[in-house]
Amino acid sequence: MKNNAFSRSATTALHYELLHQTPLGPQHVSSSQTATLLIEEKLERLSQLALKTGDTVQTGQKIAPFTDRPAYTISTVTGTVAGIRPIAGDFGKHFTAIDITLADTEVWAEGPGELTPTLADLTEWLVGTPGKPPLHLFQEPNHGIHTLVVAGIDPDLLVATNQFVIKSEMHAVNRGIDVLKEATGVGQVAIAVPRDLVQGFGHTGADALKAVASEYPAANPKLIIYEAFGREIPAGKTCEELGFAFFSAEAVASIGKAFETGQVPLEKTVTLVDKTGRKTIVSARIGTPIADVLTAHGITTGDRDRLIVGGPMTGSAIFDVQMPIQADTDAILVQDAADVSLVSDYPCINCGECVRVCPARVPVNMLVRFLEAGQYEDGADLYDLYSCVDCGLCSFVCVARIPIFQYIRLAKYELSRLTAAEASDAQ
Amino acid sequence: MHSEKMFIVSHAPFWHNGSNVAERHIGMLLAALPAVALGIVHYGMPAVGVITLSISTAIFWEWMMNRVTQRAITIADGNAALLGLLFAMLIPATTPWWIVATGTFIMMVIGKHVFGGIGSNPFHPVVVAVMILTVSWGAFLDINGALVNYNFSFNAIYPLTASKNFGPSALSDFTTLNLLLGRQVGGIGTAFGLGLIGGGLYLMAKRYIRWEIAFSFLVGIFLTALIFHLAAPDQYAGPLFHLLTGYTLIGAFFLLPEDSSSPVNPVPMLIYGAGAGVLTMLIRNIGVYTDGVLLAILLMNLVNPLLDKIRPKALGKVG
Repeated sequence: MKNNAFSRSATTALHYELLHQTPLGPQHVSSSQTATLLIEEKLERLSQLALKTGDTVQTGQKIAPFTDRPAYTISTVTGTVAGIRPIAGDFGKHFTAIDITLADTEVWAEGPGELTPTLADLTEWLVGTPGKPPLHLFQEPNHGIHTLVVAGIDPDLLVATNQFVIKSEMHAVNRGIDVLKEATGVGQVAIAVPRDLVQGFGHTGADALKAVASEYPAANPKLIIYEAFGREIPAGKTCEELGFAFFSAEAVASIGKAFETGQVPLEKTVTLVDKTGRKTIVSARIGTPIADVLTAHGITTGDRDRLIVGGPMTGSAIFDVQMPIQADTDAILVQDAADVSLVSDYPCINCGECVRVCPARVPVNMLVRFLEAGQYEDGADLYDLYSCVDCGLCSFVCVARIPIFQYIRLAKYELSRLTAAEASDAQ
Repeated sequence: MHSEKMFIVSHAPFWHNGSNVAERHIGMLLAALPAVALGIVHYGMPAVGVITLSISTAIFWEWMMNRVTQRAITIADGNAALLGLLFAMLIPATTPWWIVATGTFIMMVIGKHVFGGIGSNPFHPVVVAVMILTVSWGAFLDINGALVNYNFSFNAIYPLTASKNFGPSALSDFTTLNLLLGRQVGGIGTAFGLGLIGGGLYLMAKRYIRWEIAFSFLVGIFLTALIFHLAAPDQYAGPLFHLLTGYTLIGAFFLLPEDSSSPVNPVPMLIYGAGAGVLTMLIRNIGVYTDGVLLAILLMNLVNPLLDKIRPKALGKVG
């Protein structure tokens, strides 16, 4: 760990992984017996369901399990529905899980066939495609999005999924860019790639190529806009509100592939990191239990280990190895019990490390005092809570090991609930 | 569909750079040791007695306050031991035991725990304790009086007393080399210039203190002393003398940059350090006290919360 006492900028240099050469194709993993499809919708009553236990589904079949909502998923396997259950995620997220027992032989349903590059067709088939394209951003007719950024670099450390995709599937990415340009009418498309890899890119379908520094958290969307486009996102605003839509390279490649093949892509590329830090690029169908991926790569887990979906700085720890790979599962990290770092309830000693490391210049030392006391509104008003870009570096360097990032996420979530409650009261 | 395995689930990030509070305080203890070692060489067993009593009573008061306030016992974080050692370094080796015990009580209870413990003290606890003792039992802390029964191989007058009362002409013994090598009297751990500078460099390199504060303090002292010296060379000693005497070096590296009572933003750190340096020299040269470091630190501690409001504009902040 570089620890430079005399520089004020990033004091603990954490660098992104770079794939200097395209690694050999992803190692494929298949589901053993079951698959679980998740839809981000709350399941309240069984009477809402159009899908029943015992129904058979085919690979590539579109499943819309609700009678009262258009939400759908594309089945990635052939089999029988074994159960439908609600799952609660963190920060108030709700999912409906469809468990499917695999049949012996795979039957492919009729896919979308010839797709037309329109938003309606994309929304009809590709909302949950690998990479999870944020098509909902274009639903409003006056969405104001003027630039589409294709992220060929992953915002978190260790994760190499999108770098891998943009290196190995440039053809599909270019096709996807063409489709998206036509479907959304967005004028400018830029590809963001690591600075060290910019030379490797010849002709792309994008209008611009933006180099991203290799030091964490330069690939954070808000910081990409700040550094590469010279625009500062006002505190509390999102990139979309400023007219920038971020698509992961994999999402764009998936769209490109769907138009080439007439089938909805099912294979998700995942960076798998084992306990020793060894990295493998894996491909598995959405819905494959994480347990199957671990078994296929000989990774064993034990009590007090940590299983993380996403990167080490911003991912989420899960408690169940049967959780499936989802459209946005870019990485799976297994951390040995011995490497698990724990937080503490020790008070802030005001050492200032967090203030120095913060890329958004938030006075974290003062902010955390308010957040610890539950005074979220004061934290937002006085000490720039909304300038935070959610990189997690403050917790990473905290000498007192305060879960600062968790306090910040919680504060933002609680304030958003407050705002929503006030809005509904006003109506 | 629950696995039998019990994973640890917590919020991101899942990595930590490995720093912790105890390591930080132990590092500061180590950095102070060279200066303390020379103090023991100079003053012998009485110094050992004061140091051990100071550290042990500081730890005892910490434990007592943990019990009284019904909080977790925090002795293991090393802060009580560090404060105890720093307190001992500032006082003469002959300080009576009851002053040491009272001083550490003031330090731990009035200086630290009434404000809520570590991280919440607005003033450096050690400085608070020594200042209250100076006001209450000043005679016991007077360096010249306290060390009158010692025979040293060097000039045994407190350099700042000599400078204040007799002017620069009386300072011929206090060459820069002598001061660096600790050939001067003072508190147990304040005399050894090289030792304190070495410790300070270690603290800055390990990021245990914020270098801007120590640096700007020394620059503030140097420049102010230089102006005085140039204005009236026969009345005021030169800047190097002031940098290497009294509590200047221990103040710069161990007292002024204390985490809780000092600013963290770049501009405030520079103002805070330089301000303390200027105040120190004003007190030394035109005030009534021989050394102004502790008073200057208290005054700058006082304005620290206000100073730290000067901060860079956060990303995307409007207005």
